[in-house]
Amino acid sequence: MTQAPFYVSPEQLMKDRADFARKGIARGRSVVVLRYDSGILLLAENPSPTLHKIAEIYDRIGFAAVGKYNEFETLRQAGVRYADLRGYSYDRSDVTARGLTNAYAQTLAGVFTTESKPFEVELVVAELGRTAATDQLYRITYDGSVIDETEHVAIGGQADAITARLKGIVTSAKPLTEVVDLGIEALTAAGSGPLPVDDLEAAVLDREVPGHRTFRRLSDAALAELRSD
Amino acid sequence: MAGFPPAFLSSTSNSFIDLIRDLAPDALPQPQGSPMSEQLPHATTIVAFHTAAGVLMAGDRRATIGNMIASHAMEKVRPADDYSVIGIAGTAGVALDLIRLFQLELEHYEKIEDARLSLGGKANRLAAMLRGNLGLAMQGLSVVPMFAGVDDSRPDGQIFSFDITGGKYEEHRFHAIGSGSGFARGALKKLWEPGLEPDAALSVAVEALFDASDDDSATGGPDFVRKLAPTVFTVELGTGVREIPADRVLATAAEVVAERTRKAQA
Repeated sequence: MTQAPFYVSPEQLMKDRADFARKGIARGRSVVVLRYDSGILLLAENPSPTLHKIAEIYDRIGFAAVGKYNEFETLRQAGVRYADLRGYSYDRSDVTARGLTNAYAQTLAGVFTTESKPFEVELVVAELGRTAATDQLYRITYDGSVIDETEHVAIGGQADAITARLKGIVTSAKPLTEVVDLGIEALTAAGSGPLPVDDLEAAVLDREVPGHRTFRRLSDAALAELRSD
Repeated sequence: MAGFPPAFLSSTSNSFIDLIRDLAPDALPQPQGSPMSEQLPHATTIVAFHTAAGVLMAGDRRATIGNMIASHAMEKVRPADDYSVIGIAGTAGVALDLIRLFQLELEHYEKIEDARLSLGGKANRLAAMLRGNLGLAMQGLSVVPMFAGVDDSRPDGQIFSFDITGGKYEEHRFHAIGSGSGFARGALKKLWEPGLEPDAALSVAVEALFDASDDDSATGGPDFVRKLAPTVFTVELGTGVREIPADRVLATAAEVVAERTRKAQA
């Protein structure tokens, strides 16, 4: 880049990079994260049973991603390392979604401006509060922008359609079974066709669970039982 | 650039210990300048044996400094993850650090790889940690763990003992470690049998620890005054790690004491 033969304005450079990243992300299927009355549901359209888009970072922190697998997998592992090291150096309760989100945002922003190619990923970091009032949802985009959401957040190709469909619904007042239906409905409506449970990946951060680790994957059978249609 | 340190993004290791050795070596337990083991708390008797459904591990609650009791309520047996337990005898501070580090090592692997280590893999990892701890062991701050658990390939469970050089040995019936281990092992020789049911297993564990506390001053007996019972964990494939509630252990201990009182006065 140092010996670029022609002048390219910074606006154009940033726009080209943003378009490139956005195109990569738009090709992928979507993920939606919704609060429910006693936890947070992470739901992804993902036919692969082993290449996960949803993962556990720490006791009360979940991670969801869309885009290029190798890129968000690197970021996921970095998040686990960050959280485990922090929890070991200080205390388990000192690992927060805000700190992790900042690290993600800084890293993504750095890659977006300095590397030859931006990361084609979008992330959600969700933290389960001790009470429902302290739940946190952060959406982090390819350029390191952070958006703080209150009830639900969607990322990926059809994020806007999903958000539009869920607009105005207070999911944090509803039980898990209803929120599962809402989430699947929104994914289906925005996608190309009906979604059988084996095309879905789901996990919850569950406030009711005893012990410190609250993240739990929902098996296909558990998900089939929760969904009503 | 702020954000993650470069090593977080480029590392290919799934070991937490390797990570902090590179990034934050100060956070690891360090060899001390001078041997001062006489002034440090020590922790004592732990027993483990096979039962009908899996394995059981139990430990007393006392920590000592020389002839003083440093703690009445130390917990030397802890779950390592959902399907295994670890118990440690030796210098208390190092032992508790080692437990915490081992718990985190298993959790870290599980999260990075999205799969649990096999039981044998966990035991080997613990052995490697002890080898890394050799500098401490040489200066008298030795810790000797015992590890037990179940996994899908070994639903009946396995018990491993270790030495301070990282040697790993599987125990096929029962084992005890710590300063009262000789007495506890003697008791287990007479009391243990294959296929113990839960109630009988609990009673065997309490009796063995009671024998150890009877003859070893560094091992504590059941404490009816403070309602402190020995820590007892069972591991079974169906239920995972379970702690037996203190009131149940104390009730069993009361029976054991009553029975011994009756025999002694007869």
